[in-house]
Amino acid sequence: MSGTPVLRIQDVRKRFGDHQALDGVSLDVHEGEVVTVIGPSGSGKSTLVRCVHQLESIDGGAMYLDGELLGYELRGGHLRPLPDRRVAAQRGRMGMVFQQFNLFPHWNVLRNVVEAQVAVHGRKPEEAREQALRLLERVGLAGRADAHPRMLSGGQQQRVAIARALATHPRIMLFDEPTSALDPELVDEVLRVVLDLARGGMTMIIVTHEMSFAREVADRCVFMEAGRVVETGTPEEIFDNPVSPRLRAFLSRFSGRAASDEHAPGSGRMAQTPDERVLEEETTS
Amino acid sequence: MSTASQAVDVATARPRVRPLRWVAGAVLLVLAAQFAWFLVTNPRFAWPVVGTYLFDPNILRGLGMSLLLTVIGMVLGSVLGVLLAAGRLSGFTPVAWACGVYVAVFRGVPPLVQLIFWFNLGYLLPRISLGVPFGPTFVSWPTNSVISSLTAAIIGLTLHEAAYMAEIVRAGILAVDGGQRDAARAMGFTAGQSFVKVVLPQAMRVIVPPTGSQFISLLKGTSLVSVIAMADLLYSVQVIYNRTYEIVPLLIVACAWYLAVVTVLSLGQRRLERHFGKGQR
Ligand SMILES: Nc1ncnc2c1ncn2[C@@H]1O[C@H](COP(=O)(O)OP(=O)(O)OP(=O)(O)O)[C@@H](O)[C@H]1O
Ligand SMILES: [Mg+2]
Repeated sequence: MSGTPVLRIQDVRKRFGDHQALDGVSLDVHEGEVVTVIGPSGSGKSTLVRCVHQLESIDGGAMYLDGELLGYELRGGHLRPLPDRRVAAQRGRMGMVFQQFNLFPHWNVLRNVVEAQVAVHGRKPEEAREQALRLLERVGLAGRADAHPRMLSGGQQQRVAIARALATHPRIMLFDEPTSALDPELVDEVLRVVLDLARGGMTMIIVTHEMSFAREVADRCVFMEAGRVVETGTPEEIFDNPVSPRLRAFLSRFSGRAASDEHAPGSGRMAQTPDERVLEEETTS
Repeated sequence: MSTASQAVDVATARPRVRPLRWVAGAVLLVLAAQFAWFLVTNPRFAWPVVGTYLFDPNILRGLGMSLLLTVIGMVLGSVLGVLLAAGRLSGFTPVAWACGVYVAVFRGVPPLVQLIFWFNLGYLLPRISLGVPFGPTFVSWPTNSVISSLTAAIIGLTLHEAAYMAEIVRAGILAVDGGQRDAARAMGFTAGQSFVKVVLPQAMRVIVPPTGSQFISLLKGTSLVSVIAMADLLYSVQVIYNRTYEIVPLLIVACAWYLAVVTVLSLGQRRLERHFGKGQR
């Protein structure tokens, strides 16, 4: 791939106290590319997407959105943090989906999807409304526009959250374990929406523990451990021919856990890893 | 004894017999009757006098002053309270510390003492002046011409109220889930927009109930300003009974008005709570 990447992450460092959460992470994401991020708990996956979205400040390195430096500007030969308003505008060009959905509970579904379009991007209310209804239909929630978030299931809430993030035409979507807080039977409906976005050419970074999904949806897969990118490659390279021993250990540990308590996406559209197929035969017989 | 073949339907059951409830009811009834008898037959309540003064123009003017002080104290106190809460949560240590000291001092000193203090500010600070700190002065006024009993009352009540409101607002803001602030910022809202659109409306659910109580206690607190000769409800009543010596009937007049206003405030509070409670739970 060529041209300016949509997102360029360059040697980003982040520490919490004396814990190095990100230890020099670099990653380019190009137009239309889907990158999935896997890795053990505490490896810095959430921290990475939160830093990209500037919900956390970084201690070093740099990030660029469409070639524009994120969070800082060069002024009189010195780098200075951008004022809040400009940071907000940069955030408005990215979409974020959280593990805990974080819908605004005091607004109904429609207003959740409409508000940022109007308040941040200055669209006309009717226009924003139409766009919101279109997106709600796309995520399979036409007709729930007047519902309040608490009246929806977790899966429905997460699909509203995806519609909310899409509403402002983000250049890139960031997902932080979008299905980890869901009951197993609700995982598929959310993954199907994400897969649909991927097929539609949306540029995305997806942090996930759903290994078969990480493989199915990705153009490129990144394995993180202890705040570093340990290995990156095509899904086949990562899942079928892992080079580093740590990735190999992680995958085997993971499939071991998958066989015991992890949910296996049952949808016919999902690719399944061999051991999950075995699991399904076991449970259905 | 019912047998299995008999159709039993609990819909036909009689209410449970509860003798203790009957006893409690009877006791309450007797107490209420006794109290009513005391109110009606004791001539010292002088009900006709109460009737005469209930709508006396001086009393109504006093009531108006009490309401005015309550509203001014509440509005200014809330604004200052929100600023203090924001300061304490600002993450800038000197500001957070200064706001913390303010709250500690103005919550700790009895409001009566504060009122007398502000009223006597002229003793400590004979002139109030505007100018460059430690430099030249542009204008100055004698303190006693600036601090009337009205300004002393407003300053005293506002500063006291602000300290309580700061704590209430701070608790409300802290009660909002951090994920909400993340999501608001992620949408591209500025810090101000996140606060106004997302954080504050959700904090209101926690802020409104104690604020209602504050409103009520401030209304009653305005009775303190009678010590600095402010013509509030209590002061107006005192002026009359110092002349006529009808102390009890006139205190009843004051109580009746306080209770009436508090009842209206409580109803308003309940409606607000219902409004801000929607979408939650
Ligand atoms: N706000 C914070 N304050 C202090 N430490 C933090 C904070 N956020 C994350 N950390 C630490 O940084 C490290 C990386 O956390 P992060 O949440 O990015 O991991 P993760 O890869 O997303 O893990 P998981 O799979 O469990 O979500 C962890 O050790 C965590 O304890
Ligand atoms: Mg995480």
